[in-house]
Amino acid sequence: MAKLNLVEAINLALKQEMKKDGKIVLIGEDIGEDGGVFRVTEGLAKLYGNERVMDSPLAESGILGTSIGMAATGLKPISEVQFEGFLMPAFDQLISHASRIRNRSRGRFTAPMVLRCPIGGGIKALEHHSDSPEAYLIHTPGLKVVIPSNPYNAKGLMISAIRDPDPVIFFEPKKIYRAIKMEVPEKEYTVPIGKAHVVKKGDDVTIITYGAWVKTVREAVEKMSDVSVEIVDLRTLSPLDTTTIINSVKKTGKCVIVNEAQRTGGFAAEIIARINEKAFFNLEAPVERVTGYDIVVPLRKFENLYLPTHQKIINAVDKVMKNSGK
Amino acid sequence: MEKIIGKFQTKYLQILDEFGKCDEKNVPKFKKSAIKKLYEYMILTRAFDDKALKLQRQGRIGTFASTRGQEACQIGSALAIKKDDLIFPAFRENGVYLMRGMPMYKLFSYWAGDERGMIIPENVNLFPISITVGAHLPHAVGAAMSFKIQKKKAATMVFFGDGATSEGDFHESMNFAGVYKAPVVFICQNNQWAISVPVKEQTSSATIAQKAIAYGFEGIRVDGNDVFAVYRAVSDALKKARSGKGPTLIECFTYRISDHTTSDEAKKYRDESEVEVWKKKDPIDRLKKYMLKKGLFSDKYEKNVLTRAEKIVSEAVEKSEALKDIKAGEIFEYMYEKKTPDLIEQQKELNGGLK
Ligand SMILES: Cc1ncc(C[n+]2csc(CCOP(=O)(O)OP(=O)(O)O)c2C)c(N)n1
Ligand SMILES: [Mg+2]
Repeated sequence: MAKLNLVEAINLALKQEMKKDGKIVLIGEDIGEDGGVFRVTEGLAKLYGNERVMDSPLAESGILGTSIGMAATGLKPISEVQFEGFLMPAFDQLISHASRIRNRSRGRFTAPMVLRCPIGGGIKALEHHSDSPEAYLIHTPGLKVVIPSNPYNAKGLMISAIRDPDPVIFFEPKKIYRAIKMEVPEKEYTVPIGKAHVVKKGDDVTIITYGAWVKTVREAVEKMSDVSVEIVDLRTLSPLDTTTIINSVKKTGKCVIVNEAQRTGGFAAEIIARINEKAFFNLEAPVERVTGYDIVVPLRKFENLYLPTHQKIINAVDKVMKNSGK
Repeated sequence: MEKIIGKFQTKYLQILDEFGKCDEKNVPKFKKSAIKKLYEYMILTRAFDDKALKLQRQGRIGTFASTRGQEACQIGSALAIKKDDLIFPAFRENGVYLMRGMPMYKLFSYWAGDERGMIIPENVNLFPISITVGAHLPHAVGAAMSFKIQKKKAATMVFFGDGATSEGDFHESMNFAGVYKAPVVFICQNNQWAISVPVKEQTSSATIAQKAIAYGFEGIRVDGNDVFAVYRAVSDALKKARSGKGPTLIECFTYRISDHTTSDEAKKYRDESEVEVWKKKDPIDRLKKYMLKKGLFSDKYEKNVLTRAEKIVSEAVEKSEALKDIKAGEIFEYMYEKKTPDLIEQQKELNGGLK
């Protein structure tokens, strides 16, 4: 087994699935010879040719719209949008079409396609390169949304996404693209879509998080010696694994949610609503959320003011512990 | 019945070739001082660019998009513009910013990742940098429509790359501009690359200029490394716009000498020999050759210009780096005219957490 980072793990998944399934095609800006700006598609154009690995014109609506057409007619397109901020020109295709083709045609046409897109801040980038737009997509019925937190689940989730019969948005947390190296099996395996993962067992507080923040939460938890924290990595944001969340919260009675997107209407709110519906009477304290603020993510110099930190996470855990009277 | 119902041609303009040879009858009527200004601003732009690349390598600024090779497109167009005209740059128009009067230290601050760097002085008619490719084109058309509706004698000018012409926003903008006869000048700096994608793979059109024909107005390709040709085409187009005759698309055919940005490695996908060919067509060298012939250039003059540029640049870096950090709470100040109750609460939360 080789030690891979997230970029290499996704690359491996693409490479292996493309070898098995000749219907898979890749399309996106600079994904060919350049291997994508983060090098996720490195070497694939050489292996599979320009017809299967297409450097597209600079047009996100074009990329997603043509992917729908390809998906509906027998291909399995895996598209790349270079940064999450550039999803917006493709929103019409995603929200109004990729998600609805099955329903509109009552199953006659479907869109089995994957959209890969980096997400999130923490790399000190330019405007539109540090955003977290997952809530818009989770809010859209007909789309699935997954986000790996490490190289192992990245490979497994990618294979599941490719084989899924519906459109899957595959968010790649760019902050951890190269930050984690771990053993990734060469052999084929899947990580199921729709299943959360309890990363660490604990009894006092549940922390629910996903993507790049699983790593940060683990680090923060290591600094907390007096609290037993259970960490849930959602892995799939839609469809959400409510059962795992509820089981954990019922056990601990306390919950903190960590995500970096803006707070209002963010995904933490949905999780809190479900806890409210299904575990309210087990709660010993109000659920806390550590999120970004309701502002545009600051540029490089002041970005850290916006992002969750170890301290913000620790403070939130302290607060629920205090509120529960423990 | 089948017959030809339309025939089209595309114009090309070059005045000053790479050897400094000049098509005298087409040279704009410049004062000597204007020619010197062109040269000096191109030098200043390049000095800024060189410094920014160095600062990026030292971690003192963030990702940076170099202007090298495109100075004539930017300085030539910026000289043609009048005070009331409004410019909409993309993200590579450092030369335009400088020529238009944006204080240089602000540009350094912006690229260092400080939003205050994009606070554009009230008397400088420029829009902020637009990172999303193509998205600012409709803004320029809208502003032009607004000038027309308000009977202002001003035009807008919008910069974008060859890659941007693939975005829907480009086509919608061109169409609106044609339909409303908006006083806008579209300036496409066709530097032949959009990151790793060469323009031949970006579009099947032989030129970008000809795309205007489909939208009912004139497009012209100019030698983008020829500052006279750029100036000439842009000033004609601006005059036309200001006199109510509608939009123009100007394709400045040029070359991206540097990597796409400091995060890019062009060697990976682009033949170095191609870059060498284009280095020989350098816009600054070309103007220098012309000025030498006309007796407008001397070693002493050159040295003065370079020294002055370097001084301006190093003073700007100093000023930018001397800027005190913002107070943490300031990140909440610019979302709305008045902070919402949520923002006030979140601001308190951040300030509290920092203690
Ligand atoms: C909507 C959008 N998609 C993708 C990007 C990423 N990106 C930044 S610059 C660029 C290429 C731009 O090429 P071109 O328009 O020719 O301008 P140039 O960089 O050559 O000046 C790309 C793909 C972006 N900024 N915005
Ligand atoms: Mg270009």
